[in-house]
Amino acid sequence: MADLRSDFIGIRSPNPFWLASAPPTDKEYNVRRAFQAGWGGVVWKTLGSEGPPVVNVNGPRYGVVHGADRRVLGLNNIELITDRPLEVNLREIKSVKRDYPDRALVISLMVPCDEDSWKAILAAVEDTGADGVELNFGCPHGMSERGMGSAVGQVPEYIEMVTRWVKQHSRMPCIVKLTPNITDIRKPAEAAKRGGADAVSLINTVNSITSVDLDLFAPEPTIDGRGAHGGYCGPAVKPIALNMVAEIARSPETRGLPISGIGGVTTWRDAAEFLALGAGNVQVCTAAMTYGFKVVQEMITGLRDYLDGHAMELGDLIGRAVPNVTDWNRLNLNYVTKAVIDQDACIKCGRCFAACEDTSHQAIAMKPGRVFEVIEEECVACNLCVDICPVENCITMRELAPGEVDRRTGLGRGDYANWTTHPNNPMAKAAE
Amino acid sequence: MSQARLSPGVHSGRLSADELARNFSDVAPPLDAHEARVAADRCYFCHDAPCIIACPTSIDIPLFIRQIATGTPDAAAMTIFHANILGGMCARVCPTENLCEGACVRMEAEGDPVRIGALQRFATDGLMAREGHPFRRAAPTGRRVAVIGAGPAGLSCAHRLAAKGHDVVIFEARPKPGGLNEYGIASYKTVDGFAAAEVEWLLGIGGIELRHSQLLGDQMTLEALRAEFDAVFLGMGLGGVNALRTEGEERANVLDAVAFIRDLRQAGDLGVLPVGRDVVVIGGGMTAVDAAVQSRLLGAENVTIVYRRGQDRMSASLHEQDHATSSGVRIICNAAPVAIHGNGAVAEVEFAYTEDGPDGLVLTDQRFRLKADQCFRAIGQRLEGVPVGLVLEGGKIAVTGPGRSSLDRVWAGGDCAAGGNDLTVTAVAEGRDAAEDIHALLTGGDNG
Ligand SMILES: Cc1cc2nc3c(=O)[nH]c(=O)nc-3n(C[C@H](O)[C@H](O)[C@H](O)COP(=O)(O)OP(=O)(O)OC[C@H]3O[C@@H](n4cnc5c(N)ncnc54)[C@H](O)[C@@H]3O)c2cc1C
Ligand SMILES: Cc1cc2nc3c(=O)[nH]c(=O)nc-3n(C[C@H](O)[C@H](O)[C@H](O)COP(=O)(O)O)c2cc1C
Ligand code: SF4
Repeated sequence: MADLRSDFIGIRSPNPFWLASAPPTDKEYNVRRAFQAGWGGVVWKTLGSEGPPVVNVNGPRYGVVHGADRRVLGLNNIELITDRPLEVNLREIKSVKRDYPDRALVISLMVPCDEDSWKAILAAVEDTGADGVELNFGCPHGMSERGMGSAVGQVPEYIEMVTRWVKQHSRMPCIVKLTPNITDIRKPAEAAKRGGADAVSLINTVNSITSVDLDLFAPEPTIDGRGAHGGYCGPAVKPIALNMVAEIARSPETRGLPISGIGGVTTWRDAAEFLALGAGNVQVCTAAMTYGFKVVQEMITGLRDYLDGHAMELGDLIGRAVPNVTDWNRLNLNYVTKAVIDQDACIKCGRCFAACEDTSHQAIAMKPGRVFEVIEEECVACNLCVDICPVENCITMRELAPGEVDRRTGLGRGDYANWTTHPNNPMAKAAE
Repeated sequence: MSQARLSPGVHSGRLSADELARNFSDVAPPLDAHEARVAADRCYFCHDAPCIIACPTSIDIPLFIRQIATGTPDAAAMTIFHANILGGMCARVCPTENLCEGACVRMEAEGDPVRIGALQRFATDGLMAREGHPFRRAAPTGRRVAVIGAGPAGLSCAHRLAAKGHDVVIFEARPKPGGLNEYGIASYKTVDGFAAAEVEWLLGIGGIELRHSQLLGDQMTLEALRAEFDAVFLGMGLGGVNALRTEGEERANVLDAVAFIRDLRQAGDLGVLPVGRDVVVIGGGMTAVDAAVQSRLLGAENVTIVYRRGQDRMSASLHEQDHATSSGVRIICNAAPVAIHGNGAVAEVEFAYTEDGPDGLVLTDQRFRLKADQCFRAIGQRLEGVPVGLVLEGGKIAVTGPGRSSLDRVWAGGDCAAGGNDLTVTAVAEGRDAAEDIHALLTGGDNG
């Protein structure tokens, strides 16, 4: 059976599933129960400076996007960092870590952007026994207006500067948590690396308004008739997070920089995808908030089953898909496929026809008796029909054999060739 | 219509081979992968889930369903088997509407539970179809345990003990293992020799020696077993059948329903099994339903279940009752047999309507007769051949905690032990829990 033990920048945990810094990790009571349920590690809810803690709103702090049957697809929040006193958090962290030495316990931090503030907080967390610190440069609401969180995370120079202070004033491993609210995620990652970060973690939440109350004319969650943008997370943000993780994993400037993958991890499969794209472990928030701490059990057994089924160890999976992430202009334009409809599996709903006829390439014929057939002369292989077909594996894509004629273009399938050498490309370099 | 179909008396061959094959096919065909995904998607992953509490073996149902939903049905099967090694059989025979599915919060929400039983079958069938046995034994302990009876209780106990590294010998009176899984459960619930295949799969763990045709009290005594083994588990079920104590009960073709079902389960060719044209079944439990339905499926024209109390007191679940009526069985409640008439063989059964009052059941003067060329007794089984020295309670072996009997180092579980509810899944739970207790004792834990 595959061994799920994880070593992330020297921080060991019995599995690669950590809880992200958020309400599930806001206090000792939660974290103990999380460890009992099987979580490999936690990043404690972000701590601020000493003194009076921040305050949260006292009305609703979440917005939600539901799928059918009220499945939570996305969650948005306007919560701030911990609103409990620093000393209480530190005392609890110490107590939990003492009882769970085998689990990872990382402390998330966010203090004003000056060296003394960082020096002070690092000194305060030093003797908790925690395994590392995570710098929250990601929170997109409330704290950013005060010059913290994503206000730092959106300026690479600040990230580098603060990271450098942290590495200077602390011996602890340092993870820099990135905000996705930026155009090019590689820039803050490079800055963190220059500043000496041991790893980056991403993503924090995405700026969002989930919905508008159409009677009150205000965004939700609505506080006394008004709403503010919040941070979006949950299954809906996974595609954004996966891309950002892959960008950092394959960029020559940041390649090899350890990544903790965050954003919409809900099942073992989501986690495996992050790992394949180069994350060394994953962090989870919304799935725990939706289903409770027990979800980790499915992640553990599922990942183990998958690794066993592929005769892999955890380390074999990490980064395995990175070499296959490339730029569009490197894709093989001579790879030709055609949609094929399995008439036995077809339930005759006609959705493929509507999609192709109305919005694609008019490549599906509707014949008497509601028989739907692909017209290969028209099919551009976009696979929209596959995606919208309600029956799994009813429509599949068939790859043309080498030399086989594409009935749409009349050309035989050729060898690998991409846009960089294509005759229509004005910038094409002649093939050597 | 063939002559055989309607001929009075008790005959074989009322239906063609094709009709029989159709009638006795899988009553609840398995889900395919897509159906399983759709069904699994409906689970809410409830906290401290009511379905788990309602399952006598406490299978972590939300977890296994989530494992199916996320495409790891083998992991789902392991979640099931860790709690219930006969999860495959239970998926087929549990009255889920009274257990897990009855407790599903979707019942509250929309009256339509998650299909837990069908999903359990999907997961367990998949893993059992794979090569080998998924559990490994712990290091040998050198301890030996005797198990009496290879029914659900005995098998479950033996498997858990073997997993813990103990060596187990099962003594089984019959030529085949499985208990009522093999000889009792309705055949359309467990088709294609599943009961036998499941036992073989279970024994794949190793460390369990099965000795068949070994009757406790005949080939060996409890005393001798206690001397030879470190512990003994009694899982002997209920071998005896309650009598009607009705005038004329000795007439020909008045039979025990369990014997009829046993013959049916063991028949190589259902076409040779005799069944009446007019069949009367007396009782209100699962056995009554199974005997009645299977009589219909064999070709009986008129089949009536007669139960002495109100319908709400029938121990057959509503789902079972619906199955009976939709199979063409008539159910009459509040009537008790008073005489069995006939000339040699049964010809009619006479009933009196009853009233269930504060002083118990009373027969009224209202009488009626049902034509019958075959009559099945299905009014319960009782414990038979109990070894001397065991304290009984309500006719069953008295136990405390996880199946400890009144004798030192002797445990009991399943139908033969007091306190259960005579379900396969309960027998599995009791066998498993006794094994844990035996293990704790043998490895120097609490010795009760
Ligand atoms: C007709 C019928 C239908 C049923 N249908 C269902 C159903 O659909 N769902 C459900 O949950 N439950 C059902 N039940 C109940 C269920 O079958 C039992 O609760 C369950 O089998 C009990 O398991 P057990 O191991 O205690 O006993 P059994 O299954 O009875 O097994 C006992 C074993 O011990 C052996 N044995 C007995 N005496 C001795 C001895 N002296 N020495 C050696 N071996 C001995 C027997 O041969 C047998 O193999 C049904 C019962 C009947 C009779
Ligand atoms: C209510 C809430 C509060 C959060 N608070 C913090 C925080 O204090 N510090 C932080 O770094 N991230 C915080 N996050 C972001 C999460 O740690 C995580 O990055 C994000 O939710 C994406 O992961 P998910 O899709 O698994 O939820 C919070 C998220 C939520 C929903
Ligand atoms: S989850 Fe509900 S009950 Fe709990 S604090 Fe929030 S609003 Fe209150």
